[in-house]
Amino acid sequence: MARPEALIKVDDYRWELPLSYKEGMRVPGLIYIEEVMMSRLLEDQALEQVANVAFLPGIVGRSLAMPDIHWGYGFPIGGVAATRVGDGVVSPGGVGFDINCGTRLLRTDLREEEVRPKIEELTTKLFYNIPSGVGVGGKLRLKTGEIEQVLEKGAQWAIEKGYGVVEDLEVTEEKGRMAGADPFQVSQRAKERGVPQLGTLGSGNHFLEVQVVDNVYDPATAQVMGVDGVGQVMVFIHTGSRGLGHQTCQDFLKVMERAADKYDIHLPDRQLACAPVKSSEGQSYMAAMAASANFAWTNRQCITHWVRQTFEEVFAQKWEIMGLNLVYDVAHNIAKKETYLVEGKKQSLCVHRKGATRAFPPNHPEIPEKYKAIGQPVLIPGDMGRYSYLLVGTQRALEETFGSTCHGAGRVQSRTAAKKSFRGVDLIRELGARGITVKVVNKALLAEEASEAYKDVAEVVHVVDGAGISRKVARMRPLGVVKG
Amino acid sequence: MNIQDFEVMEHTADVGIVAHGHDLKDVFANAAYGMFSLMTNLDEVKEERVQEITLTADDREALLVEWLNELLYLFEVHNVVFKRCEVYELGEHGLQARVFGERFDTSRHEQKLAIKGITYHLLKIEKENGYKAQVVFDI
Repeated sequence: MARPEALIKVDDYRWELPLSYKEGMRVPGLIYIEEVMMSRLLEDQALEQVANVAFLPGIVGRSLAMPDIHWGYGFPIGGVAATRVGDGVVSPGGVGFDINCGTRLLRTDLREEEVRPKIEELTTKLFYNIPSGVGVGGKLRLKTGEIEQVLEKGAQWAIEKGYGVVEDLEVTEEKGRMAGADPFQVSQRAKERGVPQLGTLGSGNHFLEVQVVDNVYDPATAQVMGVDGVGQVMVFIHTGSRGLGHQTCQDFLKVMERAADKYDIHLPDRQLACAPVKSSEGQSYMAAMAASANFAWTNRQCITHWVRQTFEEVFAQKWEIMGLNLVYDVAHNIAKKETYLVEGKKQSLCVHRKGATRAFPPNHPEIPEKYKAIGQPVLIPGDMGRYSYLLVGTQRALEETFGSTCHGAGRVQSRTAAKKSFRGVDLIRELGARGITVKVVNKALLAEEASEAYKDVAEVVHVVDGAGISRKVARMRPLGVVKG
Repeated sequence: MNIQDFEVMEHTADVGIVAHGHDLKDVFANAAYGMFSLMTNLDEVKEERVQEITLTADDREALLVEWLNELLYLFEVHNVVFKRCEVYELGEHGLQARVFGERFDTSRHEQKLAIKGITYHLLKIEKENGYKAQVVFDI
């Protein structure tokens, strides 16, 4: 267990992990958390991991952790670290296995009272139309050479194939196509794993939910995003780059381990393996990671298309009439080259967001024109029994967290423990009684994803809102849940 | 040899296993059994297909990661699930094995956890009443 006295309280939402915590830290740590959440933080090795990340060559500012922090591999989940592109490193562990795991929110003109009577049919059809679960392939059949197109063009490929409209790209981070992607840096094995899984949800904490807006904190900002008020039906998608990204991470962990030796980089944890951003290994990783990110954006775009088709089928109306437009799509496992003011100088940094979401402020050049006045939408998935949130980025995030905020609830209970505590409980019926329809591949696994296994996302969002690194706009609760 | 000698390990966000065996070959075989047990119910899996696997790695720990990732790859790409492994050659840097299983069929086989990757987190191979290996999966 970590030492609580090691942390210095900055204010109600910020705790500093000083350089003196561990010899070798290049920068202090900064953890966004409330005092009441502290005991949980100290239960495992997450704090130690914040300290270990501070060892990375070229790290600037602070080794940051969001309130949904928990023990990860090398990096904590909820960790943010920015390294100098010039003489710093990039670490695949700072991105994770699920490259560009991320979220996507669609709005509709439908009201809860219109959808509620059809929720069983809608959820069932979504479950069948969007493949999920272990060992299940997608409906797409890629031709030879097509996977390279996907990796290069990202969601743009999907639009060219008719899986969506150009407007979708406008409200997708990087317009769904990250620059610098090189399909040839992605291994054959990763492509083989990815091809059958394009257009699938996966399993674990990934989901597709039909939700209803149940609280609006800032109506004017919400309006800009097409969120009109309480009772409006939304669709939330949470998935990533599937086997393609997983294999890419696995491939590069090996490469980076050798690179760390080669460049004489000493780190306290094998899982932090890294290489200089500018080295051939670093460049290869960045190109392969960008290609994997493009795969994930394509995946979420294809799923969006089938969501729209399913709504058309169930409500016998064109999706355009139902206003099923994309609000935003954003990654929460990614490393990106971004420019920041560091010690009064503009510097190019490699920002690792491992279970953290980009949260750019109003007028930032990287955000869509239509959101220039309000800031970048930030989508925070909760667990299936509680809420998800819609936030916006702030200037304070840009100044303090390299434009980053939290990414979700964060687990507090292991899968085994969750399963034990729900033995004999019919969760589907229990959620049903609360008005939540659930379709899941394996009912026994559902307990592992129960609300009680997660931190209350409301607490997490309260901290980032209170700290000013993003701002609450609206809250949604689930009506229908699809899980692998 | 008890082919099912492994236990599931508690970890907040993900799942790990500890595999036991009287030698390292057993440990590797049981780790594979443990991994597939998380993904499906192996009692329902038949031994209809046999496959030979040859692998190399930088060290013994990396070899364990490679081994499990190879099996995960075969599962995802060739859609086969393995219930029994015979590791007949195992050194510091390489292994040879024969694995037995069948095509994964969701109409007959239970779909349990999907494993994203094999991590180096808390990875260890130790001599203790024979040998044991601990490995955490990214879920």
